[in-house]
Amino acid sequence: MKSEQGSSLAKDAWMRLRSNRMALLSLFILGFILLFSFLGPELCHFQYDEQNLESQFLPPDKNHWFGTDNLGRDLFARTSFGGRISLAVGMLATLVSLVIGVTYGMISGYVGGKVDAFMMRFVDILYSLPFTIFVILLMVLFGRNFYLLFLAIGAVEWLTMARITRAQTLHLKGAEFIEAARALGFKDARILFHHILPNLLGPIIVYATLTVPAVMLLEAVLSFLGLGVQAPMASWGSLIKEGAEKMDVAPWLLIFPGFFFCLCLFCLNFIGDGLRDALDPKSSKD
Amino acid sequence: MKSFFISRLLQTIPTLLIIATLTFFMTRFAPGGPFDSEKAIPEEIKVNLESHFGLNLPLFDQYLLYMKNLLAGDLGPSFKYVGWDVSELIGVAFPVSLGLGVSALLIALFVGLPAGMVAALRKNTLWDYLPMGLAMVGICLPTFVLGPILIMIFSTKLNLLPALGWYSWSDLILPSLTLGLFYAAYIARLTRAGMLETLKQDYVRTARAKGASPSRVVIKHALRGGLLPVVTFLGPAFAGLVSGSFIIESIFFIPGLGKFFVTAAFNRDYTMVLGTVLFYATLIIALNLLVDFLQAWLDPKAREQR
Amino acid sequence: MYPFSCHVPYPVQFRNIKKSLIQSVKAALLLGVGILGHFLFSSCSAPSNVERAIDEQILHFGLGAEPQYLDPHLATSVAAHNILSALLEGLVSEDPKTLKPLPGVAESWVISEDKKTYIFQIRKEARWHNGDPVTANDFIYSYKRILNPNLGAQYASMLYVLKNAKIYHEGKKTWDEANVGVKALNTHSLQLTLENQTPYFLELLNHYSWFPVHQPTLEKFDAFARIGTKWTKPQNFIGNGPFQLSDHKINSVIEVKASKEYWDANRTKLSAIRFYPIETADTEERGFRTGFLHVTQTVSSDRIDFLKKKHPEWIHFEPYLGTYYYRFNLKAPPFDDLRVRKALSLSVNRKLLVEKVLKGGQLPAYCFTPPDTGGFTAKKGYGYDPEQAKVLLDSYLKEKGLQTLPPFELSYNTSEGHKKVAEALQAMWKKSLGVDIQLTNMEWKVFLSSITKGDYALARAGWIGDYVDANTFLHLWRTGEGNNLTGWSNQEYDRALNLAEQSLNPAERFIHFQNCEDLLAEEIPILPLYFYVQVSLRHPSVQGWYPTLLDHHPYKYVYLDNGVK
Repeated sequence: MKSEQGSSLAKDAWMRLRSNRMALLSLFILGFILLFSFLGPELCHFQYDEQNLESQFLPPDKNHWFGTDNLGRDLFARTSFGGRISLAVGMLATLVSLVIGVTYGMISGYVGGKVDAFMMRFVDILYSLPFTIFVILLMVLFGRNFYLLFLAIGAVEWLTMARITRAQTLHLKGAEFIEAARALGFKDARILFHHILPNLLGPIIVYATLTVPAVMLLEAVLSFLGLGVQAPMASWGSLIKEGAEKMDVAPWLLIFPGFFFCLCLFCLNFIGDGLRDALDPKSSKD
Repeated sequence: MKSFFISRLLQTIPTLLIIATLTFFMTRFAPGGPFDSEKAIPEEIKVNLESHFGLNLPLFDQYLLYMKNLLAGDLGPSFKYVGWDVSELIGVAFPVSLGLGVSALLIALFVGLPAGMVAALRKNTLWDYLPMGLAMVGICLPTFVLGPILIMIFSTKLNLLPALGWYSWSDLILPSLTLGLFYAAYIARLTRAGMLETLKQDYVRTARAKGASPSRVVIKHALRGGLLPVVTFLGPAFAGLVSGSFIIESIFFIPGLGKFFVTAAFNRDYTMVLGTVLFYATLIIALNLLVDFLQAWLDPKAREQR
Repeated sequence: MYPFSCHVPYPVQFRNIKKSLIQSVKAALLLGVGILGHFLFSSCSAPSNVERAIDEQILHFGLGAEPQYLDPHLATSVAAHNILSALLEGLVSEDPKTLKPLPGVAESWVISEDKKTYIFQIRKEARWHNGDPVTANDFIYSYKRILNPNLGAQYASMLYVLKNAKIYHEGKKTWDEANVGVKALNTHSLQLTLENQTPYFLELLNHYSWFPVHQPTLEKFDAFARIGTKWTKPQNFIGNGPFQLSDHKINSVIEVKASKEYWDANRTKLSAIRFYPIETADTEERGFRTGFLHVTQTVSSDRIDFLKKKHPEWIHFEPYLGTYYYRFNLKAPPFDDLRVRKALSLSVNRKLLVEKVLKGGQLPAYCFTPPDTGGFTAKKGYGYDPEQAKVLLDSYLKEKGLQTLPPFELSYNTSEGHKKVAEALQAMWKKSLGVDIQLTNMEWKVFLSSITKGDYALARAGWIGDYVDANTFLHLWRTGEGNNLTGWSNQEYDRALNLAEQSLNPAERFIHFQNCEDLLAEEIPILPLYFYVQVSLRHPSVQGWYPTLLDHHPYKYVYLDNGVK
């Protein structure tokens, strides 16, 4: 019993994560992507917004490592700079939606009854409201604040998370070990966070890793409405969107940002799987 | 169970009314109106124009009038497609989106479920990595990338399938693949996660220890519990699928509902925004209700808890 | 803490199910491939729209956008014109090459000595699509309708050239009291009296606001003063043009078929035209490449070079009567100061912009009116001189005690094309003036409302001429004109414009127009950037289609043939 106290659980988890080679490799690669995004612009002798109208649509070469775009801007600089925005938005907004969604879903499922009905109808309402208009109103009320981006994304992305968590919680609520915990007189909060939450981790982590790409692409949609990054800045989402339109003219415009986007998602996915296994309450004795 | 059903139906009505009210006022507070255009029009002409649609009344009166008509089942005329009623437009576009959405969902389920199950049962083998790797690629290829790629291969290069339009059965293939593969990837990953979670739950282990046949264990216990996250995800996902996808519709030039959702807001086509929102809300609520039933069926224990 | 774990390693027991599962997956895959294959074989044999078209004589037309109205008195868009010009015909028609007026519903006309009265002889064989004759009263009814203040028609002012039309439209007098200059001399002759001499009057008649509508149909739907009635639906619409409306599916297709009732039906070679409202340029292009469309509405600018190289036979560049420009907001600093406006204008390299960024053969705009608009070509007013620009800006900064110009916003509505131009200009100004400009893209209606409220510093704009005369451009900058929105007002300009409107002597008018242009170039309330070019894809089999300034292509002359060049 002692070996399963909080602090050593985390230590165990870290040990297990470390022994998962794919997860470890992914962590390294993700670190590399982070470095690329934050140091890349320094390494490159072009600015992300530096135009050279004489060298449009150049394929990758010694000078422009990733080629150039329609205004002769260096794609390496743009991709690495775009990574900052995409990574920040992807991670932060997912984290926010994770925290809200999981807490909300667990409470709704665990308390049940009228509270559950009320909370879930609230989710239904939020699902239905027109997102475009919502975003436009946000900007009218608060101006074109960059942080609104997180609010707008958070407002939609936590909903499905909450419903998934609630369903799992309802499912677990009847399990013997929860009943046992309740019979032992543990407080609800303790049961929720110590007993139910660890058993929800699988689907939650997977859904969270699925949310990251959704958020990164949503960011590109929001920039259409004028929220978030403004030209000439770019994000992976907007670069991929532009690249997709020109893929037969200049395929590198899609390939490079797309590669980093995919690489990042693969890493997050393996880290997610690794984390899930590492935090798995059952595997502690396997 | 019956009383549960009735109480949920009763909850639906106030929920829809709240949605209608919020949406009504949200659209009106957004800047711009349905008749703004690049060429400025004199104020008196604009007033005349707006009076045709009752937009000259005080806002609250407009609201009452709208709600009154709504309760009588009238969604009003569209401001953008002048001469058409909102319900008429939705009525024409919904079957298109339904057809596309259902076939995409079938593809998603047929590909996603088996892939996720196999991956969960053969965790950490090639049968896990291969489908999951493919699923990740599916997630990495958003529809606006996959669609044009598929068109480039099957239409422009091979000349096998139509690149756009909505006229014959062959028009269904590329868009529903584009949409379906994306959802298949989600379903595969959620199925795998859900199954892994249940496979190690005590009741599954107990069942196995009791000597239940392996297929019985998988189908009756592991699959049931494992499908919970998938089913929960499918509720809103299905509502999203059958209410159309703007991106797919613009890539493949399909006259579905998705376009109305997006352009109605851009055009400040107030009645159309409300019509589509209420339509979608009804779908979401109905499907979430269905999901809750399915959950109860998949998970008898949770049912008793209610 | 986590109770009741029992450790049964499961893989052994599951092996056989897995096998069967995997088999069923394989089976499902095979089935899927089979179904797909079936579709592939059944569909590849069908010839494309374009392949069938020569036999069928059906033109497949990329319309760009779904028109808001199919009512000529309410329509406001290019898409609506493309359809209405097939369904309806005005008093005159257009020459397919020059757009000069040709006989239409009127077989001839007489112009009075003072050039203020026109008498049109309506041809006896002119028919509505249901067989009713077209009469002078149809036109009177139509003019009365569009000018009716209760209708709220946006283009009613197009008819202000008619005597007393404005008084009636403003609701001050009834039709009879106002004595609008419209009179039927008999069933087939119509007399129109103008307020002033209007040299471009006959050209004006080809704008859809002058098209006739079928009185019995409109009365049936009570549509005289009402918007949103169902008279424009295919089963109800009765027109008098070469084609009649046969199908309308929103966001899918609008189909028109050749009408037998049309007086010149023998000339019409096309059997039908199908208009597809495809809004995405890339989708349009894919449709074109796979033989779904004959004509596209546009081409994305980044694909022009590529298409020019690969398919020079498809891509067409045609001058178009429009100017792309930026508005300055003169009501707030820094653009209340001429020096700043001038500095910005002088440091724009328009030649570089059109050649390297737009690439569609657009012309750099050194004045506001496009060249040769109704014979008028303005002299080069706006120049390129980055050094003088720097001097001007420095003098402004010095006076204000500033180091650099405080950053300001350049607003544009979201679109790849607008973004590209804005990015290019931002870089030019940064390079030559060291000015930092914040680009702000907005959703269309938000953009419109902030421009209208004057809540902008520098904003993107464009103007497409409604008729071929410089007045359609220069009237924008008149004091109090609804589209001005810059806060600029100049009495001299207003006076010159009035003189030009009233004069009938072309040379004299051009002098007044030039005066207007000079004032614009001197005061720089706006920053003209380039003159539009219509870039589109057109299949080589489309014949009888000529480049025209308004992008009008009278359909009765169009046909499909592979034989000739």
